[in-house]
Amino acid sequence: MFLTSAKKLRSLGIIGMNQRNFGLISRYNPRHLYPLVDDKLKTKILAQQAGITVPKLLGTVQYQHDVKLLKEILHPYDQFVIKPVKGSGGKGILVITEHDHNLYFKPSGDAIQLADIERHVSNILSGLHSLGGKPDTVMIESLIQLDPVFSNYSYEGIPDIRIIVFRGYPIMAMLRLTTHASDGKANLHQGAVGVGIDIGTGSALHAVQYGETVLHHPDTRKTFSELVIPHWDKLLQLAAACYEMTGLGYLGADLVLDRDQGPMIIELNARPGLSIQVANYAGLAPRVAVIEALKTVDLDPQIRAAFSKKQFSVDFSTNNHTPREQHTRSGDAGP
Amino acid sequence: MHAKLRFYFLVILIMGLGIGLILYKHFALGFPLLPDDKKPVWTIEAKIDFVAKGEPVTVSFALPPQTPNIVLIEEDFASPDYGFSELPSQTGRRAQWSKRSATGPQTAYYRARIYETDTITPSPSAADLPAEPEKPEFDEVLKTAATALLDQVRSKSSNTEIFTRELITTLNSSAPSQSQSLLLSEQSSEDYKTHLIINLLALEGISARIVRGLYLEDGRRRQSLTNFVEVYLGGQWRLFNQNSGVSGKPDDFLLWQRGDQSLLDVVGGKKSQISFSIIKNFQSTRNLVVRDSMNKQAGIIDFSIYSLPIEQQSAFKMILLLPIGALIVVIMRLLVGLRTSGTFMPILIALALIQTTLLTGIVIFLTVVGTGLLIRSYLSRLNLLFVARISAVIIVVIAIMAGISIISNKLGLDQAMTVTFFPMIILSWTIERMSVLWEEDGPREVFIQGGGSLLTAIIAYLFMTNRTIEYLSFNFPELMLVNLAFILILGQYTGYRLSELYRFHSLERRNVSDKR
Repeated sequence: MFLTSAKKLRSLGIIGMNQRNFGLISRYNPRHLYPLVDDKLKTKILAQQAGITVPKLLGTVQYQHDVKLLKEILHPYDQFVIKPVKGSGGKGILVITEHDHNLYFKPSGDAIQLADIERHVSNILSGLHSLGGKPDTVMIESLIQLDPVFSNYSYEGIPDIRIIVFRGYPIMAMLRLTTHASDGKANLHQGAVGVGIDIGTGSALHAVQYGETVLHHPDTRKTFSELVIPHWDKLLQLAAACYEMTGLGYLGADLVLDRDQGPMIIELNARPGLSIQVANYAGLAPRVAVIEALKTVDLDPQIRAAFSKKQFSVDFSTNNHTPREQHTRSGDAGP
Repeated sequence: MHAKLRFYFLVILIMGLGIGLILYKHFALGFPLLPDDKKPVWTIEAKIDFVAKGEPVTVSFALPPQTPNIVLIEEDFASPDYGFSELPSQTGRRAQWSKRSATGPQTAYYRARIYETDTITPSPSAADLPAEPEKPEFDEVLKTAATALLDQVRSKSSNTEIFTRELITTLNSSAPSQSQSLLLSEQSSEDYKTHLIINLLALEGISARIVRGLYLEDGRRRQSLTNFVEVYLGGQWRLFNQNSGVSGKPDDFLLWQRGDQSLLDVVGGKKSQISFSIIKNFQSTRNLVVRDSMNKQAGIIDFSIYSLPIEQQSAFKMILLLPIGALIVVIMRLLVGLRTSGTFMPILIALALIQTTLLTGIVIFLTVVGTGLLIRSYLSRLNLLFVARISAVIIVVIAIMAGISIISNKLGLDQAMTVTFFPMIILSWTIERMSVLWEEDGPREVFIQGGGSLLTAIIAYLFMTNRTIEYLSFNFPELMLVNLAFILILGQYTGYRLSELYRFHSLERRNVSDKR
């Protein structure tokens, strides 16, 4: 069976593209607020004003003729990340983990030269990675340090945590782990692993790669069952606070855990994708319905996060089997 | 909820308007719903022969009346050296040929092309009321016979219709009674018989008149008009066959003349006679209706695409197909969930395919885009600014198209020269977008989106080249309203796309195991 029935999906509460565009994005996200999240520089400034930790900005390049200043800007740093300000889906991100004279090293160990970086920056400036091909700005950020909790679950990259925030309430979360197939990028359709995370506890529920269930990381072979994300409350509160920051009713907050600085926000998305439902083995619709039924939205992100934690926790006592069991049973069931 | 109600009201309004206009055009104006609908068109030629006596000649000939059911496409009047005029008179139109002096055999022709419509026609006007029938003059013997016959018929009938039918059958019976034979003999002419029936009916106080008409049969020559009796019954006129008594107008019968005027008057000539020949052929109903509606200046047609010059009309033929393509794109994207590169690029490819034919078009498209991608991958190494790069791609595309044209011409492949129908700017954008896609998401995504675009284009092409759809979209532009209503409804569709049933199919297994 390659196709499932619409009835089944509806009973699972899966939200489809049409429903997302019509019922969530166009209803809860006013168009004029998009630039706040489509422009990562604006998001960063907003977050800093709100007291939210973000990766440190090392510099920006706005014009082609400034590309030759790159050497000066990059000189003091060994590690940095180059990003297009208006890029989406992790496009055009260049990570440098080591700097040795004229050579810059990518996480994979490949060495590139300054000229290569200059060309990459120039491409970004001419709009190669921006939405609609519009001219773009380049931002250079400090590199996020991999938190040791993820060291066994990540391959050549930093995993990020996507939390869907609906009217200020975190309703679903997913950890995106980089793999060899995804080339160190935390992008699901490029082969990153999506791990559904229990909103209540921050522990892993279920993992998928290319839409199919996986039980352990394809590169490190580490099973996901013991994975619990630390600082979970803080992460939920940060995500919830994005609602006040942007005004967007339906947004995807991408957060990371830095070894030294703890939880921080790296990016916000006004059109978050739907794969998170596959990673969680659950639909968004029932959770959206719970929040839509609320008469008032609480003004305190911490209270909202606590509400979500209670509301959307996967309660094993009523479900009477653990996710482990579910996996084995689903393996037996077959198509 | 209120807004939703208003939305559906709007959709129903738009759809109702569209369907209403289509039905009006179909039923009231006679536009056929299928392109191959044909109607028989009768070409009737009346040939008038007479011998002129060397005096001034005037020939007056009754023309068929213009009724709503019969459309006269064209009329020709031919007779060498005669002056001609068409005169309206109280009893119908008449043609008049005249000449100062003529001798010897003369011929005049009248030719008409007509077809019957089955459109809804208003009931005949109330002005067509009969005059009080005049009591006819019979001599004593005939009067007795007539009274006897009428008494006999009256006793067998309960109303006027039955009375008329009974009268005609009795007159025509093969074993005539004495009174019958007195009134009507074997030698009596058709005209005499008609008048006899009318007079007998007048005695009874029933209004009746003579009607002459022509049976339409393909390939008939030397035909003459057939007499019918038209009787005023219960507020309307009814035709009766004077030989059988059957009422109603027969099929393929053209009413030529009503009332007792002469069919043909020749002054200054003798031995005048008239014969009809009939030819049937078939013509596209749509062409006939358009011409007729234009002539009648029916508002909906007069202010339509048909009133434009032919050149603009054929442009619109293409433009009116675009909404069909748009509908296909909406369906493919919202219901099927196919990913295409550029929302409406598939429509433009489909338009190009219409010009180039399907297979040639696909080969050309793949060649241009493939070559373009190769060259574009080199351009991306040159570090060009965005606008310069897309401009360079445009020039590359034009060069490729010129190359394909020239090479195929040298190879004698005429078809490939239709490459010029592909929109260059759109092709350039496609190449640019696919190239960026290739760099960012890899070749797989390029094939998915490129294949999606091509598939959508082919489906749109198949719909847009369907004869019936082509015909309907051009002849019923109101279909656009129906189309619009559909698109509005689809715009509110929040269900799953077909592709999502696959995308989320792994979720089903969990569901199954849960239920166990």
